[in-house]
Amino acid sequence: MENFDLALVDWSRAQFALTAMYHWIFVPLTLGTSFIVAIMMSLYVRTGDELWKKITKFWMTLFGINFAIGVATGIILEFEFGTNWSNYSWFVGDIFGAPLAIEGILAFFLESTFIAILFFGWGRVSKKFHLLSAWLVAIGSNLSALWILVANAWMQNPVGMIFNPDTARNEMNNFWDVLFSPTAINKFLHTITSAYVLSAIFVVGVSAWFLLKNRRVIFAKKSMLIGAVFGLLSAIFMLMTGDESARTVFRDQPMKFAAMEGLYNGEQNAPLVVVGFMQRAPTVENPKRADFAFKIEIPNLLSYMAALDPNAFVPGINDLVRGNEEYGIVSYYERIKQGKIAITALGNYKNAKEAGDKNLASIELEKFRANFKYFGYGYYNNPYNIVPNVPVTFYAFHTMVGLGTLFFLLFIVIIYFLFKKDIHKARWLNYIALWAIPLAYIAQQAGWIVAEFGRQPWVVQDLMPTLSAVSNIDHKSVITTFVIFAITFTTLLIAEIKIMLAQIVKESKIKED
Amino acid sequence: MFENLSYLTLQHYWWAVVSLLGAILVFMLFVQGGQTLIYTLGKTDLQRKIIINALGRKWDLTFTTLVTFGGAAFASFPLFYATSFGGAYWVWMLILFAFIFQAVSYEYRSKPNNFLGSRTYETFLFINGLLGTILIGTAVGTFFTGSEFSINNMNSSTWETPYRGLELAFNFMRYGTFVNLSLGLTVFFLSRVLASMYFINSIDDTAILMRAKKQLMTNAIPFLAFFLFFLASIIIIDGFAYNPISGKVSLEAHKYLYNLWEMPAVGIIFLTGVVAVIFGIIKGYFYFEKCGDKAIWITGGGTILTVFALFLIAGFNNTCFYPSTYDLQSSLTIQNASSSNYTLVAMSYVSLIVPFVIAYIWYAWSALNKKKITEDEMEKDTHAY
Ligand code: HDD
Ligand code: HEM
Ligand code: HEM
Repeated sequence: MENFDLALVDWSRAQFALTAMYHWIFVPLTLGTSFIVAIMMSLYVRTGDELWKKITKFWMTLFGINFAIGVATGIILEFEFGTNWSNYSWFVGDIFGAPLAIEGILAFFLESTFIAILFFGWGRVSKKFHLLSAWLVAIGSNLSALWILVANAWMQNPVGMIFNPDTARNEMNNFWDVLFSPTAINKFLHTITSAYVLSAIFVVGVSAWFLLKNRRVIFAKKSMLIGAVFGLLSAIFMLMTGDESARTVFRDQPMKFAAMEGLYNGEQNAPLVVVGFMQRAPTVENPKRADFAFKIEIPNLLSYMAALDPNAFVPGINDLVRGNEEYGIVSYYERIKQGKIAITALGNYKNAKEAGDKNLASIELEKFRANFKYFGYGYYNNPYNIVPNVPVTFYAFHTMVGLGTLFFLLFIVIIYFLFKKDIHKARWLNYIALWAIPLAYIAQQAGWIVAEFGRQPWVVQDLMPTLSAVSNIDHKSVITTFVIFAITFTTLLIAEIKIMLAQIVKESKIKED
Repeated sequence: MFENLSYLTLQHYWWAVVSLLGAILVFMLFVQGGQTLIYTLGKTDLQRKIIINALGRKWDLTFTTLVTFGGAAFASFPLFYATSFGGAYWVWMLILFAFIFQAVSYEYRSKPNNFLGSRTYETFLFINGLLGTILIGTAVGTFFTGSEFSINNMNSSTWETPYRGLELAFNFMRYGTFVNLSLGLTVFFLSRVLASMYFINSIDDTAILMRAKKQLMTNAIPFLAFFLFFLASIIIIDGFAYNPISGKVSLEAHKYLYNLWEMPAVGIIFLTGVVAVIFGIIKGYFYFEKCGDKAIWITGGGTILTVFALFLIAGFNNTCFYPSTYDLQSSLTIQNASSSNYTLVAMSYVSLIVPFVIAYIWYAWSALNKKKITEDEMEKDTHAY
């Protein structure tokens, strides 16, 4: 551990977090509005109604503004694995690189080719081809989400591979395991459905603003209807896949799960904390400190959520660190021991091989294989350093879930008002819809914080700690690029918001309907 | 079917795929070249708008090609990806910044309330055109001249200069820098030649066309000069050869020249490419009225062939495609830098989709370009940049 430049690790993490979170401001809106635009355009092509054409064009303009900055923030991520995590890139590149390449070939080209037709095709290509392009853009952007999320899921739950001691890296031995791991499937489904929810809220919220200003009422109501129905359907799937995601996390990343729930001491019939305030967040050195100052619980629900069994045992952070024989949990102390054996054996194996001692090499290799499962733990001495930041993970998770429930209800109420009442008159509801927009962005970021902070300190669960993944650079270079990124992206974000608002206001001032 | 190929064949196949992507990328850099010509060719706001819109329909394709090139390099030669990107940090960062700004500029340039002002976005486009082409060309130059890095027995790489790749373009104490830069400038001027041809192909506006024709020749001359310098250099310098049996790397006189000779197919591709590039320039300029608008396809096709062949001589025939001048034995070859056999097989199946991708890109391109871009359209179109 002493050999690692911690400032470098921290700044590299900060830079990745900054760039990924910026990218994630724009991506969800792209994922969902591309479909919403395609639906609207289908309605136009089917009915020939000019109003639908205007509606399509308006949302498409907003889509385009958002898309451009999504692309701008995306390119850096693609190369950042190499620039800032080069040891990682070698260690897992054999598996991790493939989805990135497939993403480019399969998804990005689809998107970027047909987006040109979508934007410039009016009058240049046939209506049918134009509509097809709209759908292909939507499919393309969602395919790109698929591959990148497969890559991410693999880091959370490395499957379909074997470590090759000669090349010192993990090598893929089953592509389908990587693609269809339950982690990957849940991650993809939950992420895209939550992105649809964000987009739906965006459409509903902006339409609500039109209504609040008494402008273009029919235009706004029609948009709102599309948004709300699309949103409600997505929200249902979002809740289902979120729930399922929690179970995959419980299975493959129990420490993350414990942190999400702020659970220090495991129990059977564990209750679910719905709302809780952590009392002076317990520290890793003093984990016993009373953890909640205030909480509302639902008995048994956590056990049920985790394992579909109210009596199931849910391990807490202390159980994982200290081990729990009764439930077959190997302590972190033991894992560290095994990890160190694996690391030493790998070194010995390499030396023996170079020296031509086949016998010793095969003994060391065997030793290595037997202990490989906890390889990454060997980089640590203190097990409490392998615990993620609990309060951050806890609050992020609860924020996400709370908001998710709220959005679900919001869509139901809006649909009710659209059909049964006059939503134009329900100003309070329109205000809520408008304010839901920033909340949806918060929920999105919170979700990624759960996923990525909650897995610390692992870059690849149990195998590679973040600190051994970085490139060998001086941290001053990374600080410099961090600052440049922060300034650049913030500037571009301001530009994007201003342009977006100007377009919305401009559209609302158009007189007719 | 790919399962039956040998590991070595797969490695060659993937180097060819990466090379092809690199070659297409250099052709597509005409977008960048065009971005440096906005004010040279467009003297009125409307003319500039036409030019920017002509480019605006294509920029995302170039961008995507760059991204896919990165992804494919990562997937097939991860050690190269790790070594080069993590090592030549500042060069790649500069390239990336140039592209970040480009991505928003088209969309935001002419929108009301755009915060930075149209001029700023046009400046971004110019910088992207200038830096993007020169630096990418320079980076490819290092495939022939080498960089200073070392790799340990765990395959972890260390860059051995504090300048993080900037030395490859700015250390004028070594000849290699000039070779790298000459390739960078070759790409820069070539991209402007291709851009002029693209405008001739897709715009219907006499004033712009006449200026584009002039630019075609103005840029063709320095392009040829730098290209010849680069070509002469790599023929003269020692190349980085490795022994496939012992794996040892050594310097070999005129290695790249021999590669052309020993791989006649590559040699023929190279010569065909060079001839096509020049032929396209001649057609485009001297037979402007008759077939000027076809020149882009001739020179463009030639560009793809030439660059493709250049990549192949850097990687095939027991050559180190990413040589280290610091420690010869750390040099990367398509054998020691590649992914595992399994991954290359899996990826090869994916590569079968590439022809379909090219086909639909082609179809979409011609569907959009059936009608040339005119002033009239610019004034009407709701989604003009
Ligand atoms: C609008 C945004 C949004 C909303 C309302 C929700 N989610 Fe979510 N969630 C995401 C947006 C998101 C996300 C940003 O898409 C994440 C981050 C990483 C990922 O896989 O998806 C995520 C991750 C994520 C994870 C972590 C997965 C991992 O660590 O790999 C869990 C367990 C849940 N979600 C569960 C839920 C539940 C039970 C919800 C019920 C209300 C919920 N989410 C609503
Ligand atoms: C776009 C949505 C994403 C967001 C908002 C996000 C957020 C973050 C954050 C906050 C960190 C820093 C965590 C820490 O160091 O404490 C991080 C690290 C990282 N993430 Fe993500 N992430 C996203 C998607 C992804 C995806 C899709 C991948 C892989 C395909 C990925 C790979 C990584 C890597 C390699 C690191 C650095 C190592 C580490 O800190 O563990 N991320 N991300
Ligand atoms: C951290 C890892 C990530 C990397 C390396 C990455 C890479 C990229 C790149 C290079 C682009 C520009 C593509 C172009 O040329 O058109 C892009 C855009 C995009 N990315 Fe990401 N991305 C990451 C995270 C994500 C995630 C987690 C998702 C979805 C769940 C996603 C979905 C998209 C989409 C839909 C686009 C299209 C442009 C836009 O959305 O505005 N990306 N990404």
